[in-house]
Amino acid sequence: MPFKKTAQTYSASINTVTLGTGDKAVTVGGSNVDALCSFDAPIEHKPLIGFEITDKGIDATLPKMAEVFAGCDTVAAQAAKAAELPGVDFVAIRFESADPNGADMSVEDCVAMATAVAEATDAPLCFEGCKNFDKDAKIFEAVASALQGRNALFMSAREENYKTVAASVGMAYGQKFGAESAVDINLAKQLNVLIGQMGIQNNGYVMNLGSAAVGYGFEYLLSTIDRVRAAALGQSDAQLQLPIVTPCAGDCWGVKEALTEESEAPEWGAREERGIQMEICTAAAVLAAGSDAVIVGHPDSAATLATFVADMM
Amino acid sequence: MALKGLDIFKLTPKSNCKECGNPTCMAFAMKVAQGAVSLDKCPHMSADALAQLSEATAPPMKTIKIGASDEKSLGGETVLYRHEKTFVSRTLFSVAMTAANFDEKWEAIKGVDYDRISERMYVETLTLAYEGDQDAYVELVKKAAATGRTLILNCCCPTAARAALEVCAADKPVLNGCKADNIDAMCDLATEFGVVLGVFGADLEELYATVEALEAKGNKNLILNVSSASAKDAYAEAVQIRRAAIKGNDRTFGYPSIVNVAAIAPGDMHMQQALAAMFVIKYGSIIVMDTMTYAEALPLYGMRQNVFTDPQKPMTVEPKIYPLNGADATSPVVATVDFALTYFLVSAELERSGVPVNLMITDAGGYSVLTSWAAGKFSAGSITKFIKENGIEDAISCRKLIIPGKVAVLKGELEERLPEWEIITAPNEAVELVKFMKEL
Repeated sequence: MPFKKTAQTYSASINTVTLGTGDKAVTVGGSNVDALCSFDAPIEHKPLIGFEITDKGIDATLPKMAEVFAGCDTVAAQAAKAAELPGVDFVAIRFESADPNGADMSVEDCVAMATAVAEATDAPLCFEGCKNFDKDAKIFEAVASALQGRNALFMSAREENYKTVAASVGMAYGQKFGAESAVDINLAKQLNVLIGQMGIQNNGYVMNLGSAAVGYGFEYLLSTIDRVRAAALGQSDAQLQLPIVTPCAGDCWGVKEALTEESEAPEWGAREERGIQMEICTAAAVLAAGSDAVIVGHPDSAATLATFVADMM
Repeated sequence: MALKGLDIFKLTPKSNCKECGNPTCMAFAMKVAQGAVSLDKCPHMSADALAQLSEATAPPMKTIKIGASDEKSLGGETVLYRHEKTFVSRTLFSVAMTAANFDEKWEAIKGVDYDRISERMYVETLTLAYEGDQDAYVELVKKAAATGRTLILNCCCPTAARAALEVCAADKPVLNGCKADNIDAMCDLATEFGVVLGVFGADLEELYATVEALEAKGNKNLILNVSSASAKDAYAEAVQIRRAAIKGNDRTFGYPSIVNVAAIAPGDMHMQQALAAMFVIKYGSIIVMDTMTYAEALPLYGMRQNVFTDPQKPMTVEPKIYPLNGADATSPVVATVDFALTYFLVSAELERSGVPVNLMITDAGGYSVLTSWAAGKFSAGSITKFIKENGIEDAISCRKLIIPGKVAVLKGELEERLPEWEIITAPNEAVELVKFMKEL
């Protein structure tokens, strides 16, 4: 009996969300097959690659990074450069220093930086907060207001601040945002239901199911993505049919494997290469599980992941 | 077709003799139906019943064993996603080698051999390419066999394969070279030497037909090679083979797989890393790469360790004292639970603080701080018991004990039980530890 191929497609599909404007606009989501399974049915919108820069700028102690961004002294100049890098679909700015328990960068300074970035590049933009939900809500509201019409993505609205973020970013200023939950399908769905009840259209936001670097509880993230996708496509659960955007840069460059200097562990080799491989491994696995976009922080990772995604289409 | 518990129950002796370890025949039948125990645990099953059931209750995917001194299992999976039950046989890694580059590559990979949460991380198998010179190949095989790693002989020539097997068959390598045009010769060799046979096909249809032909000859000790024409083809084949086996219950494809990412993206270690990451999750049993340095290994092996854990059993670290930042007997003690994730987060932050400290991991059943506290597994009693039973007070002279902020409630009781100790409450979250430790 010869082998018969069967295509696994679903009648349900993931919503699409468009980021940015004009020629540079990109669309995330829309798939009706298992992750990267373009052999089952064509995937209209390939998964996207975002490039993250923190408000402190790129890490110039990494030789390759310093070389790529040579001459780009401000975050805005670095963002403009990042937008032109091979494989980069959108640029993310993370306001790491805004944390009131840290440097407590002011909302006005965040807005000034965001405006400078927006002037420097016409690529689709994403803004990430400092994980302090009160401060994030204030930053997002102010930046969304200043950048009206840019159709930017704000990461993220959480259980504690979704009302403010969804109302300001989504409803008042017509930008996109991510609904962030902590690696749990029930929490993810609950947040989507609450946001839906506010009257936000389902093409107005994406999901951020949480993040983890490989080796550090990554199995929870993996299984959450698996389960969310199974519910969204297999059981046509409309409240989970949102594109998944997974930030990887912060987690990957924050683990021991990417932080330890070569002088402390000579057998491990160059730190930059370890960080890149950490990021590639994490992001590729997240994409293979079903994420529709990843955010990374090194030009080499972005280029490899973009080629990887293109090869899989 | 999978059988229901009741169908199996009808064929049991129904004597409730408990010899299988289950209280009743019904309970046994239910477990067999779930695939939790195998049918042969029941000593009283009639031959007829066994024959009737063994085909139907056989797992959808065979477990294949390779290596002798360092035996490893491949396959035996029952689900497509780990949350549905668990993945059982972790993906193995391999490095592709030839006679010309063996020495150089072995030098590079032999140092990548370390422990991570009680698991040895190293390149388990070496893939040796036959390039037309039989004598050179035998020399290569001999050299590779001396490393103690399990060999994968990529060789489609039956004569050369015989010569290679004669020098290494005792360590149960994989004879990876059966194609549609050499089925008989390769199948006979694999059977004669008692080794696993790796099968290739120009496409899935040819691979399927070749496996059918091998099974007809009685060889069910196989591994399937997926295409290495492109990343997309390799993924399509790996996914379709596994789907056919698990969802389609098609036993012909119920075998583990070999994915050669070195052949898909030669020389590009970044792309090989991306592909390897994908195939660890999606259905690669052995992944062949060009090399394996720490930069590749640290993320890949860490991920594999995460993915191949039972979702119902939390990953734990060994309860003991972990001295960080050059801590000695005069450094304070930080207590937390043995849940691996907690350990990683807390130890990483403590290391970042640079303050010498003795991290004390107590046996808390593998749960997080609050969960184990709620379950009574992380209490003033358990912490005190751990300190007393492990002679911590003799080993460490410092009398400062730092407890997680989430169990600040334990402070009073600990002060009573450990009167010589100063009990200090840490912040709630690990991220706040750096600041806290520096100000301590």
